[in-house]
Amino acid sequence: MTATTEKSSRTRARDAEPWVSTANPCHQCRPLGAMVAFQGVEGCIPFLHGSQGCATYMRRYLISHFREPVDIASSSVSEKEAVWGGGPALRQGLRNVAEKYRASVVGLATTCLTETTGEDLGMHLGDWRKEILEKPLSVPDPEVVKVPCPSYDGTHMEGFHGAVRSLVDHFAEPTSAHGRVAVFPGMVSPADLRATRSLLKEFGLEADLVPDYSERLDGPALAESKPLPDGGTPASVMRELPGSRLALEFGRCAPESLSGANLLQERFKVVRRRLGLPIGIRETDALYAVLEEFSGRETPREHSLDRGRLIDGMVDAHKILSGRKAVVFGDEDMVVGLVSFLTEIGIKTTLVVSGARNGNLRSEIDRVTRTFLETPPRILDDADLRDLEESPEGLDADLFIGHSKGYALSRKRNIPLVRVGFPVHDRFGAQRLLHLGWGGALALLDTIVNTLLERRQSDSPVGYGYL
Amino acid sequence: MGAEAIEVFAERKGQILVAGADEMATIACDKQSLSGAVSQRACVFCGARVVLYPITDALHLVHGPIGCAAYTWDIRGSLSSGPELHRLSFSTDLREKDVIFGGEPKLELSLRELIKKYQPRGAFVYSTCVVGVIGDDLEAVCKRVAKDAGIPVIPVMSEGFKGTKRAGYSAACTALSRLVGTAETTGISPLSINLLGDFNLAGEIWIIRKYYEAMGLQVVANITGDGRIDDIRKAHGAALNIVQCSGATMEIAKHMKETYGTPFLRASYFGIEDMAESLYAVARHFQDIDWQVMERARKLVAEELVGLVPELREIRKKLTGKTVAIYVGGAFKAFSLIKAFRHIGMKVVLVGSQTGTEEDYREIQQVCDPGTVIVDDTNPLELGGFLRENDVDILVGGVKERPLAHKLGIGFVDHNHERKLALEGFVGMRNFALEVLSTVDTPIWRFVPRRAGKTKSAEALPAPAAQEVLP
Repeated sequence: MTATTEKSSRTRARDAEPWVSTANPCHQCRPLGAMVAFQGVEGCIPFLHGSQGCATYMRRYLISHFREPVDIASSSVSEKEAVWGGGPALRQGLRNVAEKYRASVVGLATTCLTETTGEDLGMHLGDWRKEILEKPLSVPDPEVVKVPCPSYDGTHMEGFHGAVRSLVDHFAEPTSAHGRVAVFPGMVSPADLRATRSLLKEFGLEADLVPDYSERLDGPALAESKPLPDGGTPASVMRELPGSRLALEFGRCAPESLSGANLLQERFKVVRRRLGLPIGIRETDALYAVLEEFSGRETPREHSLDRGRLIDGMVDAHKILSGRKAVVFGDEDMVVGLVSFLTEIGIKTTLVVSGARNGNLRSEIDRVTRTFLETPPRILDDADLRDLEESPEGLDADLFIGHSKGYALSRKRNIPLVRVGFPVHDRFGAQRLLHLGWGGALALLDTIVNTLLERRQSDSPVGYGYL
Repeated sequence: MGAEAIEVFAERKGQILVAGADEMATIACDKQSLSGAVSQRACVFCGARVVLYPITDALHLVHGPIGCAAYTWDIRGSLSSGPELHRLSFSTDLREKDVIFGGEPKLELSLRELIKKYQPRGAFVYSTCVVGVIGDDLEAVCKRVAKDAGIPVIPVMSEGFKGTKRAGYSAACTALSRLVGTAETTGISPLSINLLGDFNLAGEIWIIRKYYEAMGLQVVANITGDGRIDDIRKAHGAALNIVQCSGATMEIAKHMKETYGTPFLRASYFGIEDMAESLYAVARHFQDIDWQVMERARKLVAEELVGLVPELREIRKKLTGKTVAIYVGGAFKAFSLIKAFRHIGMKVVLVGSQTGTEEDYREIQQVCDPGTVIVDDTNPLELGGFLRENDVDILVGGVKERPLAHKLGIGFVDHNHERKLALEGFVGMRNFALEVLSTVDTPIWRFVPRRAGKTKSAEALPAPAAQEVLP
């Protein structure tokens, strides 16, 4: 058992008795993250072994964020399967997705139901392989990648990282060095994925992103519906991951046991660099240092110019930003990156709220704020948005920065919300939100400054035309 | 056109038929979703949650891991004229320890702290998959807490895997039946009704309530849109139940008829004929007590139609000949939609529902034009195929179908629980026609890939090629 069962933050959120219940959650359940990760594999159909509702709810949740079709298959476990075992339903489901979706990979996750009934996926998949020997499929056999997702242990982030690690574990095989870079970008936006790939390209490095849903979850209009959308990292590429010259990993919060880069390092001795999400100056500088080191090239001039433009923009905007107070909430790696950047531009983060339960958030926030802030932000992990609502820091903040589940409180308090990360259900373009690199920092800077200016204009009796 | 052209899961063939071609065929429905198909359906919990959710002054506590509560937090636009407790998301957020040792202690503590803090008029505790497996005794916990708190605390037996969404409706009705009949009914008029099966999306129940009140009727309880615990407790005092959503609340209507002798009428508030007929049917029910009810109903309908009819005539001119596919949750809604689309000149080429019954599908066959494809519990693969085959102009469906339509460059009209525009009542018909028009009547379809090269000459004239500018 790795999850802490104590609501550690609750006592800090208010002076009264700590809450037992959770209200207005800041995170989602574990299988959801796995479903996102599996979207980033070519020819893969994400598949939930559980009740029909889970797949439908997660599809709806993801569709509202990405505004793209998101197919998730389900074994539709009913009372019969819950009692007698879900093996036959699972095998029928695998046959259906293989033959109808022409899926070459099935990303199979359990759910709270099938974890609790004690479904043995290893055994089921053994039976499945026997079955397709006896009664072959009309299509090539798909690879089935399995990941345990007990929803009562961890959050969607554990589900995401666990699925990534399972992909590496399943596909990676000893292979000769090929010089490409294995990139584990974390749960970032399709725009972030595209930006990361082209950044490496500018250093002459070819990136194998695991996962890469930049096309599947942000694709063009189509003439015909396809069983599975184009895009995603091919299985053949994941087989060759051990030949990478570098395993580059964004995000430091996930436990090592759920890191795909860790697996490449431990099992295949691939050189590994673990960075925070490259958001803001220091975290992005760290990425450029790694890219310079491994490419042997200097940073291209255009990129240095962008870095300079960012700092120029920060100077222009510093009076608007200086001393402002922000509350930041969301997924652990995303909030670390955001707090780092906010700290750099002179905004004081007073409160950090995350549903994260893995315990690394605190040291990471400390790492990015240590030499900058006299008073470090209060950090509530394993927390929900009721904790945010009940924290005094949430009362006088100038800005909320986080996912759109903070909108209700933002509206109630009349504090502007800058929407970032996941999920964004009440704005367009969530799939194209850029957070990473100089482009991401510039976009964030402009958004934050303009949000504050807009507030200044709407609060002003004068209506200044120059700001 | 037809089902043959589309790749259909072999096991699903019985769930698809063509009106006219299959002479009054029986469709297979109310089945468990097929494993491996991406069903548009949800689960038992979802069914129960959507029915009870609009009760605004109740505490809705989801007993299970966080997902079930996270994904249902404020997803419906069920508006409230007062308390908004239903818009918050409460969960026991079960952890591994609770799953191993039992979730009852955490449930009881959660219930007590939440009731203390939020002072609800009642509480619903939803059981989820895991709870069904570990066997927590919700009944016992609820009973203990209810006794101390002095409010009804009702377990909702909605373990996700124990059936389809329909079973969730049933679980919700069972929970409601425990509320009804627990309060005094003195002072309720003999000209009184309950509104069942309207969830007040975009304020729709307010429109309907106003109509009935204009007819001189007293509305006792909204079940459940903008609903209140105390109203529902005395709902058995009403003289008539009016049931809109066929699947969701029929069971509670039947229960009230058996237990309290309350008669019920089915109604649909969507489209001109069905809206008017619903008001007339209710008026006929009360004509022996007060003949003026009918007179008021006629007057109301006449007044509403004065402006609406010519407006629809104008819209119809622009929509005639356009085609539509309908895929909705309940079949009853589909009937009204078919009629409404006739009103604005559009042709329905596909009708499907997630939860229709055999009887529903027979009725759909009767109201459809021959050749219309009828499907039960379809999936994106199949639906995408039908849309492509039939070259439809718009799809009517729920939030999960929208991206499929949009990806293929097909217009979409939301007729499900996330809609923000009132579609019920006479004003709703106008809103609906305007929404359809706004989707059909935009130049963007000229650019979508499926229409590339197929658009009529004048529409798709390309910009003149760049020419060399000579001095």
